[in-house]
Amino acid sequence: MTAHDVAAPKTQGYDWTAIIKDLLGTALVSLLIMVPMVAYKSVITQYSLVLISRWFEVFVILGLILATRLAMHLFVWNRAPSPIHASAKPAGPAKATLADRIGPWVFPALVAFAVALPFIFHFERRPIDLGIYILTYVMLAWGLNIVVGLAGLLDLGYVAFYAVGAYAYALLSTVYFPYWFGDGIVPWAFYITLPIAGLLAACWGVILGFPVLRLRGDYLAIVTLAFGEIIRLVLINWFSFTNGPQGIEVPKATFFGLPFKAGPGGFADFFGIQHDRIYYYMFLYYVILMLALLTYFVTNRLRRLPIGRAWEALREDEIACRSLGINTTNTKLTAFAIGAMFGGFAGCFFATRQGFVSPESFVFIESAIILAIVVLGGLGSQIGIVFAAIAIMGSFEMFRELTVFQDYLPEGTDPVHFRMLAVGLAMVLMMRFRPRGFVTRRQPTVFLKERKAVSGDLVKEGHG
Amino acid sequence: MATANKTPVLSVEHVTMRFGGLTAVSDLTFEAYPNEITALIGPNGAGKTTVFNCITGFYKPTEGKIALRHSDGKEFLLERMDDFRISQHARVARTFQNIRLFSGMTVLENLMVAQHNKLMLASGYTIAGILGSGHYRRAEKAAIDLCKSWLEKVRLIDRADDPAGDLPYGDQRRLEIARAMCTEPRLLCLDEPAAGLNPRESEELNKLLRAIRSENDVSILLIEHDMSVVMGISDHIVVLDYGQKISDGDPNHVKTDPAVIRAYLGVDEEEEEKDALAAKAVAEALGDKA
Repeated sequence: MTAHDVAAPKTQGYDWTAIIKDLLGTALVSLLIMVPMVAYKSVITQYSLVLISRWFEVFVILGLILATRLAMHLFVWNRAPSPIHASAKPAGPAKATLADRIGPWVFPALVAFAVALPFIFHFERRPIDLGIYILTYVMLAWGLNIVVGLAGLLDLGYVAFYAVGAYAYALLSTVYFPYWFGDGIVPWAFYITLPIAGLLAACWGVILGFPVLRLRGDYLAIVTLAFGEIIRLVLINWFSFTNGPQGIEVPKATFFGLPFKAGPGGFADFFGIQHDRIYYYMFLYYVILMLALLTYFVTNRLRRLPIGRAWEALREDEIACRSLGINTTNTKLTAFAIGAMFGGFAGCFFATRQGFVSPESFVFIESAIILAIVVLGGLGSQIGIVFAAIAIMGSFEMFRELTVFQDYLPEGTDPVHFRMLAVGLAMVLMMRFRPRGFVTRRQPTVFLKERKAVSGDLVKEGHG
Repeated sequence: MATANKTPVLSVEHVTMRFGGLTAVSDLTFEAYPNEITALIGPNGAGKTTVFNCITGFYKPTEGKIALRHSDGKEFLLERMDDFRISQHARVARTFQNIRLFSGMTVLENLMVAQHNKLMLASGYTIAGILGSGHYRRAEKAAIDLCKSWLEKVRLIDRADDPAGDLPYGDQRRLEIARAMCTEPRLLCLDEPAAGLNPRESEELNKLLRAIRSENDVSILLIEHDMSVVMGISDHIVVLDYGQKISDGDPNHVKTDPAVIRAYLGVDEEEEEKDALAAKAVAEALGDKA
């Protein structure tokens, strides 16, 4: 009976008058757009301006549009409403068990893959570089996830903390440490500066936190955005301190005091192996992997502590938090500070990897990309963020390699120029089909009998 | 009144709350006694929720004093305290007219959040907690046990691991009360706890509130429109109309007070003589419900 009901509308046949009317309308709109845009092209020759008509192209495009539209009419829009919409969603539990079964294995598998990556790719530089690049963004996104995903505070200036961490390392290792302790300290500078960079960034997090505590939503977003820009402008303009737009050359990290160089006293010499630059990249790769894992485990532990639950409660309902005696001011400040601290660590690492810092690396688009990773991954979900970082940063890199399309593109266009376009399109598609990101379910932090994931529909996004 | 010689747990003295030109509460004075259920009733817009917001610190009263006394003699002036400090130190817990649960967190997590300050201290302000101290783990276990005992009392133990937003309305109301009780309050303020409940659920709520009152060192202040709840469990009723107190006393006194009847039925001045008749009718109606 139900099968018959579903099949019935399909056999009803097509309403041809309506379809033809629609196609004519489509053709009209398409021509209105294409005649001025496609039909004529002005070309400047050596002597004059020549108008070239391109009516053939216009009709090819029009044909494509109409064919697509017709196909949509015949195969897509004609379909009967799917029965899923009619009857709620009783298929929930079965799906949940599948996800639950795979869930616990995803993260260990990812870590195992990450640890083995240099070996899998036979110590090639390219995949290791890409790994460093993606892991840096994974770590940044995990840090921002504390602020945006857990505490529900929209921060558009996260890159400021990244900058604080990077400049902390650059200035301490090149200027202040040699001045205070002599040059002998420089090989160790990375290890000493790493915690300092985190602390400084956390301080900046608190400094940013204070004025914005009373703000919510759009206002909060704008002030954090402004804060990110202020830091960058200060870095550009405070020439005597930061060396302005010229940036600062920073020393490379060492393997606990052993520099990665050829000859005696170097890393290779100490271990009695052939010198190879790849060791340095592998070292950097494992350092960022450790830092990222630290971020992951600390955040995970914090979620299970009262402070983490307070963050999530704050995201759910601030007024209820206050009625339960939670000091929301302090709770927000700790979220800002701890999120910023991981940003500072990542910044310190970034400086040593680049070997050079300049304000150019800390533009707004970086904040936007990190936020995009958090949103795409699913607010609050750490595993989702890994996949989102791989998808976004991986696709950025992929566009660099897409020389295949070079032949089909107009003269002088580089596929790299399309990467933001593609990422934008991907975000639009995601918002259409998976508006809550890759991983929407929230894992509870404590349970009595069984850990049941909370559906994303119930979890709030916070007040901004 | 038997309660008159006791020290009140809460005394609201000459409290006035103005929003611009509007006086929501004017010169209100009343008291709530230890281990009693005090009801605050009145027609819509009488200023009941405003009084609640003043007591719990969400509003600062324009004038007046609100004092809270613990059984051990500590006294707090609530009009001078921040809302979260009122909950933390003065131990006043509240629920909301439109339920405010953490809907994306599980039932158990909701109750754990309510024990935030205690656990925060046990986790050494997170530092000992992050290092995995045994002291914190024991404190967390104790906190979970407290949650369990409250979940049993509100009959939600089977749904402990479900998201709070998934619970039916009546369960959400009970969970909000349990969450407030997990802060171990001395004064529990309930803003329309029976709103939207069916008669059976209201009856259950009555039992729960009586049990809470008799088993804990807590006084209850409630706003309610459901007269079966108000008359059934209140020891003391304060009636507000247009921000002013029009009646104060035990249920029998309030039931027959002509001022209350006038406020609820809106009797004209000229028809004063009919008051007595109306009073009788209302008294009967209220009596039936109770």
